This record gives sequence, C-alpha cells and structure tokens, in this order.
Amino acid sequence: MKSQTTQSHDHIDPNSKEIPLDWFKPLEGANDSANTVVRPSLSYWKDAWIRLRSNYIAMGGLIFLILLGIMAIIGPYLTPYSVSETSLANQNQPPSSTYWFGTDNLGRDVFTRTWYGARISLFVGIMAALIDFTVGVIYGGVSGYKGGRTDNLMMRIVEILYGLPYLLVVILLLVVLGPSLSTIILALTVTGWVGMARIVRGQVLQIKNYEFVHASKSFGAKTSRIIRKNLLPNTMGPIIVQMTLTVPTAIFAEAFLSFLGLGVQFPFASWGVMANDALTTILSGHWWRLFFPAFFISATMFAFNVLGDGLQDALDPKLRR
Amino acid sequence: MKKILEVNDLHITFSTYGGEIKAVRGVDFELHEGETLAIVGESGCGKSVTANSIMRLIPSPAGKIANGEIIFKGNDLAKESDKNMRKIRGVDISMIFQDPMTALNPTLTIGNQLTEGLRQHKNVSRKEAEQKALEMLDLVGIPNPEERLKQYPHQFSGGMRQRIVIAIALICEPDLLIADEPTTALDVTIQAQILELFETIQEETNVAIILITHDLGVVAKAADRIAVMYAGKIIESGTKYEVFYEPQHPYTQGLLNSIPRLDQKGEKLEPIDGTPPDLFSPPVGCPFTARCPHAMFVCEKVYPLRHEPSETHYADCWLYDERVHTPNLMNKKEETT
Amino acid sequence: MVRYILKRFFMMILTIWIIATLTFVLMNAIPGSPFNEERTSNEAVQENLERHFNLDEPPIVQYFIYLKSIATLDFGPSIKKPNSTVNDLLGRGFPISAELGIIAILVALFSGIILGVLAALRHNGIIDYLAMTIAVLGISIPNFVLATLLIQQLAVNGGFFPVATWQSPMHMVLPTLALATGPMAIIARLTRSSMLEVLTQDYIKMARAKGLAPYKVVIKHALKNALMPVVTILGTLLAGILTGTFVIEKIFAIPGMGKYFVESINQRDYPVIMGTTVFYSAFLVFALFLVDIAYGLLDPRIKLHKEEGN
Repeated sequence: MKSQTTQSHDHIDPNSKEIPLDWFKPLEGANDSANTVVRPSLSYWKDAWIRLRSNYIAMGGLIFLILLGIMAIIGPYLTPYSVSETSLANQNQPPSSTYWFGTDNLGRDVFTRTWYGARISLFVGIMAALIDFTVGVIYGGVSGYKGGRTDNLMMRIVEILYGLPYLLVVILLLVVLGPSLSTIILALTVTGWVGMARIVRGQVLQIKNYEFVHASKSFGAKTSRIIRKNLLPNTMGPIIVQMTLTVPTAIFAEAFLSFLGLGVQFPFASWGVMANDALTTILSGHWWRLFFPAFFISATMFAFNVLGDGLQDALDPKLRR
Repeated sequence: MKKILEVNDLHITFSTYGGEIKAVRGVDFELHEGETLAIVGESGCGKSVTANSIMRLIPSPAGKIANGEIIFKGNDLAKESDKNMRKIRGVDISMIFQDPMTALNPTLTIGNQLTEGLRQHKNVSRKEAEQKALEMLDLVGIPNPEERLKQYPHQFSGGMRQRIVIAIALICEPDLLIADEPTTALDVTIQAQILELFETIQEETNVAIILITHDLGVVAKAADRIAVMYAGKIIESGTKYEVFYEPQHPYTQGLLNSIPRLDQKGEKLEPIDGTPPDLFSPPVGCPFTARCPHAMFVCEKVYPLRHEPSETHYADCWLYDERVHTPNLMNKKEETT
Repeated sequence: MVRYILKRFFMMILTIWIIATLTFVLMNAIPGSPFNEERTSNEAVQENLERHFNLDEPPIVQYFIYLKSIATLDFGPSIKKPNSTVNDLLGRGFPISAELGIIAILVALFSGIILGVLAALRHNGIIDYLAMTIAVLGISIPNFVLATLLIQQLAVNGGFFPVATWQSPMHMVLPTLALATGPMAIIARLTRSSMLEVLTQDYIKMARAKGLAPYKVVIKHALKNALMPVVTILGTLLAGILTGTFVIEKIFAIPGMGKYFVESINQRDYPVIMGTTVFYSAFLVFALFLVDIAYGLLDPRIKLHKEEGN
C-alpha cells in the first residue's frame, strides 16, 4: 500500500525545488515497517498444495485416480452381469450397448471385470504401499534414530536384502506359497519395504542433528514423542513420494506375475490376469479383451507416476521460493 | 594507471514465476590496472550478479542485462557475441568462486583442469601447458607441483584447493580477476594466507581485482577502493580510507558499527535492524529508508541526490542536502547546514 | 581398492548363499516338491532326482550336497523334461536370452542417455517436455502391453516385422523395443535430473569461466559426473531387463531361458525353478558386483577412501 502512495511522486527530479521543505523531517516509526513481514508465510503443506494444484499434469493424474477409485467401487453394479458369470452364447462379443466393453472367450462381461480388476489392482498396489510404509518407517526410523551399532547392523541387513533380485524372490515365494491375493501382497512386501527404510533412515539422520530436535531433547521430551512430533512431519515429503511410486510398481508386479501364471486366481480378475488371458487375441482380432485391461494398467501407472513427480516437485523444500 | 573496466548504468533483471526481480538497478564504477575494488553488501544486494554479468555468466534466459554498458578495454561486453565472450573468458577476465570444495571437478585431475583453459585459448603443446601449470602452482605456493598435477581435488585441503582455483584463473595471465567471496568458505588463518597471495600476485602481474565480499575485514586488508551496494544500487563509493574513516551513508555507518574493532574498546556492536526491501517492486526513494535511523519524509519519496565529499568519494543520501535544517537531526549535520 | 573389492566380493558370496539356502528351505517346505516323497511316474526321472538330491540322506546332508552342486554349477535334472537337465536348458536358452538382454540394455543406455542429456540442456524447452513425456509413458506402459501393441500394429496389421520367434535381425527389433523402452525411460529421467543438478555446480560455472566451448563443458565436465548415478542403477536395470525377458520371450515365443522358466513355473517343475532362480540370482549379484567395481574405478574419491582405510 505504501508503494501506491509513493508512485505518484515517481517523476520528481531530486534537484527540483518542488520538493516541499517539510519533507525533510524525520520519519516516525520507519524502522518498524522494515521488521514487518511483507508476504504472508505459508505452511509447508499449504504451499505444497498450491504448487501441486498449478501442475496440470499431476492434477490430471490425481483426478483420474479419484474417478478410477469411484468406478472401482460402483462400476460392477452398473451392469447386470457378475464378474465370473459365463455365457457360452455370448462368447467374444465386441463392445455394444449390451456389453459396453464386449465379452471374453467365456462370455464374461469385460466392463464388469475391468472394474473388478481395478479393485484388485488398486488393492494390491495400495496395500503394498501401506505395508512398505509401515515396515519401512519403523525400521528406517529406528535405525536412523538409534544410530551407532544398531544402525550399522540394521543397514547391513538392508544391504543384503537390497541385493536380492526382487522379482525372482517374489516368484520363488509365490511358487511355494501358492498364488492368492494375500500371498501376492505378502511376497511383494517381503523385500519391498527396503527402499522405504533407506529413505526414512537417510531423512532421519539428516534431520536428527537439527537444532530443534536438540531443543526438544533438552526439555526432556521422550524419544517416541520426538519421532512423532518432530521427525515424522519433516520426513513426510520423500516418504509420500516413495509411496506414490510404490503403487504403480506393485500394480506392474501383479500384472507381471499374472503372466507367469502366478496372478490372483479364479474367481478374482485382476487386469494382469485379463490381459494374460487375452494374449491369444493378438491374432484373433478380439482387441477389446486386451485393450481395456492394458489401457487401464498403463493409464493407472501413468497417473501414479505423474502424481508422484508432481508431489516430488511440490514437496521438495529445496525448490521452495 | 590505465583504465580497463568501466560499468555504466548497469541494470540486470531476472524473470521468475513471481514476477521480475530487479537485481541490479543502475550501477556505475570503473577499475584501473593493478587496482583492487571491493564490492561490499549483504547477501542479495546484487554484488554477485554484477560480478557475474561482467563475465556474462548470469543464468540465462531468466537473467538478462536490461540496460547499461560494460566497457572492457574499449569493447562493450554487454553487447558482445557469445563466441567472442568465450575468447575473453579465462583469457582477459577470470573468475574465482566462493567455495573451493565445489569449484573443482571431482573426476578430473588438477593438471587437466589447470591446462585445459590454456590449451583452449593459446596454441601450446601439452608439455608447454604442463610447464606453465607447474609455474602457476609454484606461484600460488603449492609444494611438490609435479606430483600434485596428477592428483584429484579431494586430495587437497580447502585452502590448497582455493590456491589451485586461483592458479587456474591466472594461468592465461588475465587483466581482470573477479573474486566472488573467495575467502568466505575458508578458515580465518587460511583467509589471511589467500589474501596475502592476492597481494603477491597483484604485485607480480599487475592484475586488476574485483573483490566481492560481505566481510569488512577482508575489505580492510585487500581493497584499494570500496563500493557499498544495497538493494541493487551502489549507495556509497570511495577509497578504502574514506569509506572506513568517513562513512557518509547511514547504511555504511551501520555496517561498520556492526563489526568489532580492536581500537575502540568497550563500544557496543550494533546490528542493523530489519531486512532489505523486496526487489520485485523496489522502493522509489532511498531503499534503506525503512531501516535508516535518520530517515526523513523525503527519503521515501525521491531517490537521493549524490553527495560528493571528495573527488573519489560519493554517497547517495539526503542527509547532506542543504535543505535539511530540522534541528533534531544528527548532531554532526547541524554544523554543516 | 583391494579392500573395497574384497568387501564387495564377500557380500556377493553371502547373497548367493542366502538365495541358495532360501530356495532349499522353501522347496523342502512345500508339499509336492521332490524333497517331500512325491514320486513321479517316470522311473528314470525319479532315479535322477534321487541321485542328484540324495533323497535318502537326512536334510542337513542334502543341504550341504546341494550347496556343493551349486558351487560346481550343477543344477540337477528336470522333472517334466525327462531327458534334460537344468544345465541343458540353461545351455540352450541362456545364450538367446543373453543376446536379447544385452541388445536391449545397450539400446536402453544409448537412447536413454541421449534423451536425458538433450532434455537437460534444453531444460523447460520443447525437447525437454517431449523427452520427458516419452519417458513417463515408457515407465508407465508395462512391457507386455507394449509388446502386444507392437505385434498388433507393426507385425500383424503393418506387416513390417515378423510376429514372433528369434531368427534374424528383423525378428529382434520388436522384442528389443518392448524390452528396452522401460529401462530407457528410467535412464533418461535419471540422466536428466542428475545432469540438471550437475549443471548448477560451481565447477561447471568455472569451466564456462575458462571460456571453454559449450560442447566441451557438457561432455568433459558435466557428462561424466552426471552419469555416476546411472552407473549405480545399472544393476537394478539389469534385473528388470532379465525378468522382463520372461514375459517378452513368452509373448514372442522366443526359445530363451525365460520361456523355459515360465513353463517350469506353470508345470511346477521344481528343480528347474530352483536351478534357474539360483543361477539368475547369482548372475545378477555378480553383475551388481561388477557395477560396484566399475563405480569405484570411475569415481576417484572412492578409491582414495579405501586406500586411506588400509
């Protein structure tokens, strides 16, 4: 506001006699104004949200995922067909007003199965991310916070697990455990949490030496309280990004396993299983059977990836200006 | 003494998402052979941007020279082509950076980094270049230069690295050396050594130096002349003695009061309250008004007239205007008005 | 450096041992595996199994004999293919898989690095957006989707390439593309971000201040430093390519190890599953070991720390 009043005097020549002599009087309270903050400071999360919102691609991803979530819930009820109901009379029907996405080789409705697939794929992805998060945050948090020998030992274990070929271990476990929804999630998370643990440990190590943590310690705050109140909020950025990127990895892994015959079993239908069943259609021309599950896998992974990228940009304090 | 650099009415702007930052707003200064000019100011005052603009190394396309000239040995560098600038960089004008720990490429040997500039610009064989590199290492005081040439930056201490950076800057025998906070990242004892090295080099090569710093101790030791920058403008300039002993601008006075002095025991150190103005919309009047203990109504409205106590000294401040007669100003001022 | 290599070598052996033990324990734990009294109808196969795994001995003895056979790279017989051992299958399939994998990783590296560098140099320009759009798509589209899409469009509809199998260079184009796109996208993104980071470093500014030509600044000063992170993820990428061959070989009917592996999973041919898992794991861990050493050689800083440690 101050600048508006001065604007009108912009053109005054310093030599000019126009300058009124009473302007050469001390300015009262000038020093106070220098200490007032010019721009309102935004909270970390609010600032991040504003920057995420201006990233159209990431927001597109977010909106797609929200719609997908809604469809996963209500989609299967929009048709009269059930997920596993076969109809020999209606095999391999192309998309039409009765079968919106067509039917497969057993006459099952692809539309219904697509949204059931969304449930399974999203469930696998989100559960994997949540379990990775829980184990990784606890493990990495303890390791980084305790430091010293404990940290050394815990990180050695992580190093070894990290060296194991992820998908080979998953395959081996599923061969032994037998594929089902729960064993798939279990197998995906047995070594999956390692990446999260590393990130959390790195963050904790970096932050635990900050002044404010020492300050809380000197007030006699408990370890658990320090972790909860000080460390976690400051480490959330990279953790959220990592979680966002875990989901598509898990969705991909589940689809990959379906191709090896280790996907979720009948009567469930995941996108991976549907795509695998439809592989033969490359030559037969029943494109819709492959197209819909393949499209939704790709689009969902794309949405999670761009959202993850957007979150990374929005949450990175280094970029804050 | 020959004049080698003249900067006239230099304006530099940066376009950002938040709008245009006017980082440098009409800066003038000149520099002669063998002379050291210190540009002093708080961080963000535009001193580094000014220095980088002489090398045309401000990050483009965000930053640009909006107006003004940079006359170096008769050529206006502000209008020079990129190709010609590359022939000037490293040969006629060199630069030293703040942090020697990051200024050297960690994956290349010292010898390689020393000689590449020479090999780029002068038609010399590898052998000759290495010979010259050895001489330079010797000049900046690095023992066992033959062995050291084959080593990597991480095998040197911070002070040693800064010596190497200086050797790299000087290897093509430039006329102008721009040192951007060359001692800030170093220990105090190393700082003194590096400043002495500058002195030695200047005596031997007659190079002109622009020293960018916020450290008045460094200025006191190394500078011939001082330019004090605030909010993108030089608000006071003079010889070292003039600025240190007869500071005219309240900002300079504040800066000097905020550092400890050995010859005035018992005086309290006074930090300058407040923060510099927002350069998205710089104030019309004197930018220091809001923090100035002697601010007047006029300071806020009109940029001050130049006050020149001597031929080599000036300050942009209204306090020295003859129209100031209000009695409750600085005591000193009542005598002059 | 010697100490560094020894430490890495020890880690490698330890990891392989863990995988071998894990497979042994898991295979012992499941019903239906050769270790749990399941008899196959084919007597010759049964005899081979008993001979190789010493099924008469107590498990602990079996375990040590098993470790010894792995150390000598002898993975035993197949249950479902009576006349073949796992080694036969590996001998037939692995060279083809290796060929596919090596071509794919080279394609991924070259195109990924070029894309990443161009994007970084034209930061926020059209090339940057284009390259990064390709990269995000490449990461998001699973290789099996891409593979089927390529077959449908370029082989079946377009007729530019053969639909399947692995015979001539033309046969190799589509499988390589399908396999290399994902890793290429990852490399491109990593190269771009690390290049952008390196370009802000003081030593780049210093190189420019020396008056070096832009291409020299990029190639000599920026690229080597920017590619360091790429080297570190090579191991992971290789693992991705390797598991990718399972799916790609299945879709393109390429007679590589991946195809045999998928068959063995579907048929529950346990010795083949065990043998292939251990072999591939050992292969990957060894590759990881080589990458670590390469990193040590490329980055002068690592060498010194280790020397000082001695």
